[in-house]
Amino acid sequence: MATYTITVNGKTEKVDVADGNMPLLWVLRDKLNLKGTKFGCGVSACGACSVHLDGQVTRACVTPISSVGAKQVTTIEAIGQTATGQAVQKAWLDVDVVQCGYCQAGQIMSATALINRNPKPSDKDIDAAMQGNACRCGTYVRIRQAIKTAAGVATTDTREV
Amino acid sequence: MADGNTINTSRRFFLLASAAGGGLMLSGCVTPGDTTDGAPALAATPSKPTAPLVDVNAFVAISPDGTIRIMAKNPEIGQGIKTMLPMLIAEELDADWSKVVLEQADADQAKYGNQIAGGSFATPNHWVPHRQVGAATRNLLLQAAAALLNVSIDELSTEPSMVVHTATQKKIAYGDLVADAAKMTPADPATLKMKDPKNYRIIGKDMRNWDSPRIVRGEPIFGIDVVVPGMKYAYFEKCPVFGGTVVSANVNEIKALPGISDCFVVKAAGTALPTKMGLLDGVAIIADDWWTAKEAGKKLKIQWDEGVSKDESSASYDKQAAELAKGKPQTNLSKVGDVEAAFKGAVKKVSASYSYPFLVHAPLEPQNCTAHAKADGTVEIWAPTQRPELGANGGYGLVTAALGVDRSKVLIHMTRCGGGFGRRLDNDYIVDAAAISKQAGNIPIKMVWTREQDMAHDPYRPGGYHNFEAALDKNGAMVGMTNHFVSFGRPNDKGDMTILASANSPPQEFPANYVPNHSFDQSLMMGGMPTGPLRAPTSNAVCFAHQSFIDEVAIAAGKDPLEFRLELLALPVPAGATRAGMNPQRMSDILKIVRERSGWANRASLPKGIGMGVAFYFSHQGHFATVAKAKVERNGAWRVLKVWSVGDVGSHIINPINAHNQAQGAIVEGVSHLSQKITFEKGRTQQQNFFDMPLIRIDHAPQIDSYFHLTDNSPTGLGEPALPPVLPAVTNAIFAATGKRVRSLPIENISWS
Repeated sequence: MATYTITVNGKTEKVDVADGNMPLLWVLRDKLNLKGTKFGCGVSACGACSVHLDGQVTRACVTPISSVGAKQVTTIEAIGQTATGQAVQKAWLDVDVVQCGYCQAGQIMSATALINRNPKPSDKDIDAAMQGNACRCGTYVRIRQAIKTAAGVATTDTREV
Repeated sequence: MADGNTINTSRRFFLLASAAGGGLMLSGCVTPGDTTDGAPALAATPSKPTAPLVDVNAFVAISPDGTIRIMAKNPEIGQGIKTMLPMLIAEELDADWSKVVLEQADADQAKYGNQIAGGSFATPNHWVPHRQVGAATRNLLLQAAAALLNVSIDELSTEPSMVVHTATQKKIAYGDLVADAAKMTPADPATLKMKDPKNYRIIGKDMRNWDSPRIVRGEPIFGIDVVVPGMKYAYFEKCPVFGGTVVSANVNEIKALPGISDCFVVKAAGTALPTKMGLLDGVAIIADDWWTAKEAGKKLKIQWDEGVSKDESSASYDKQAAELAKGKPQTNLSKVGDVEAAFKGAVKKVSASYSYPFLVHAPLEPQNCTAHAKADGTVEIWAPTQRPELGANGGYGLVTAALGVDRSKVLIHMTRCGGGFGRRLDNDYIVDAAAISKQAGNIPIKMVWTREQDMAHDPYRPGGYHNFEAALDKNGAMVGMTNHFVSFGRPNDKGDMTILASANSPPQEFPANYVPNHSFDQSLMMGGMPTGPLRAPTSNAVCFAHQSFIDEVAIAAGKDPLEFRLELLALPVPAGATRAGMNPQRMSDILKIVRERSGWANRASLPKGIGMGVAFYFSHQGHFATVAKAKVERNGAWRVLKVWSVGDVGSHIINPINAHNQAQGAIVEGVSHLSQKITFEKGRTQQQNFFDMPLIRIDHAPQIDSYFHLTDNSPTGLGEPALPPVLPAVTNAIFAATGKRVRSLPIENISWS
């Protein structure tokens, strides 16, 4: 049994785990009862578990608790406390992106990080930043539109047609 | 109006009225994002009513403070039914939507009627009954107001959440009437007059997904998020070979691992058939967190009896299919006209074989269930399911049979599903969890499957093989067509070879009953895997084959593929044929609309490597016509640039913003299918996760023009019918772009020079 101290959504959390390889995803979900971060594949292939580590998009399902250290963990539960995060959440509602909604926490985490580093993303930027987040329902048309809405840029799809 | 053209209202919603066939035909379009009606606030958490809710009936409860709670009866899998069905009740109740709160109903068929997410049935099945629920509830409130004011009910009307005495304009809020209304005698719903659609306040408005505020905040509303006091987590390993059973396992070694509280063998309920979607043999590991249980699974040593499917493979299926195609068909399922004569007199013949692979559903939320088989013999279950009740394979059916308990002892709470697509019409994971909970000593457990397990134990969309031949006359008209369809079956209890679930191709598939001479033959080989419905079952597969072959015949006839389809739709009913389902006039109308919207006439100007293709399909009572524009690089890399989709699902689009979302999702899923396959080797699935079973990503999702053509037909469902024509529209576009005909999926090797 090992104890790790991590900072999640600004709060210091002490976590006891039997194995330091336990992924951050399962620490969040089963130890800290933060269920917003989702399990989809377990191998960093779908993006449902996306969180921020010091503002960088990170797949929590392949991030061992032992590797988190002093990095600030931000999850979907707290993303609305940032101006960008809140703008993204609002855009998601205005555009009515959601179908089943299971991937959307991860989508919002990736979209927020994108706008934070690139306040006026182009379609190409969106493609590059969001490729790691799968939506099985296929809400991509609206995800694109919502990111642009949140960023305050024209929502026209400028890709080749 | 005089010219039958547009009336534009303040919203971008318009109706075209034109005289068609002597009757009034309503048509028009609805585009998403028209209004902000129903936009939920980010901070909105449905607040508790300040006064207790009074139940008026099974669906509606009203608080004296004006809050109206409407029960959402059906499973929510992302199709938007939780928002849409209550809209029907709220409309005829004349509820103020801003005062409505929605609540997911438990699985209770006696109280709510059939509860299922399947077949796009919810809209047609509830269009009248749910509006009647609203009208009957409103009538109770009117009765209460009439008694209070001592006036006749005929003197009263309503405006949102208010009864109005027409003469005096005295208004009484629903909340002030509910206590009395609940005591009134409900009227026979059939006697109640429903609204003139022109007075609709809710139907036809964009009502945003009710649960979205909770979803974007990451609140725990999915099955996988359920927490029950005292629960433990379970990992469950089943035989990788379909229908395999446990001979022995090192359960004592596993039990001794740190953090593991239990490990045991679970035995199948009944015979472990390879096609079965119920409780199968496996080994369960119990721990305080799921990851620890799953990691211990890596140390499992299980000796399996791999059963009857252990030597089956996709390569062997393909080989058998080719042999069957060459031989005499096993069965003729339909014959119209004189096929032999038609082919004898043909000026040109076209023959082609099409095939498509098995597919997996892969909803993004892996299968999971929280179950508590209690010591008192009752069983409580929290699960994402599309079919809690109906039939032996419904959740209740599987649990009562496997645990030997009465239906009255089991309660299923339906959670939001992180996708369904037909996967959760099977409830194998529910009975897994219930059996594990019982065997673990009646403790509540949450079982979660890995993605790999989800890929390995799916009721797969069956693969299939179509061997077509068409006869053309001197005018390039299709005068004959045959199909020798090869699929999968298994002997039933009586030993008769029976086609596997969702493995059929309807013998009456278009252009049957249009082409004057038509025959459909079928041959089956043994299939040793579970199969089941994937979104638009059967249609999602056979549409690709048929609508691609029609394209091929059109090209052989030297005709425009879209005009060729219109010619086929205009054919008279052949002697001896009976048509059902698709309405050729409705289909022709939307084909013409998609022709205009897509700029079909201008496609000749496209450079090589870019092409447009068309397809149409009738399924789940919906008519859809689709044009796709695809780009293929010389090296074969391809992308769908845009899809134009025109649907006719009747007179009303109940919730337009979600209806377009469903069409968009179906289109993206259709494109995704073109790159996917599931293959088998040694009786087990080869694909494991999203790296070898790819899901389409945002950069490959096409631009979409989704349009609904309103007609004077009763509204029908939208979860499925937009999907099937997407696949052949794209592969036909690839042919137009490259000259390469895609006859086998997934798309491979379409490089050109």
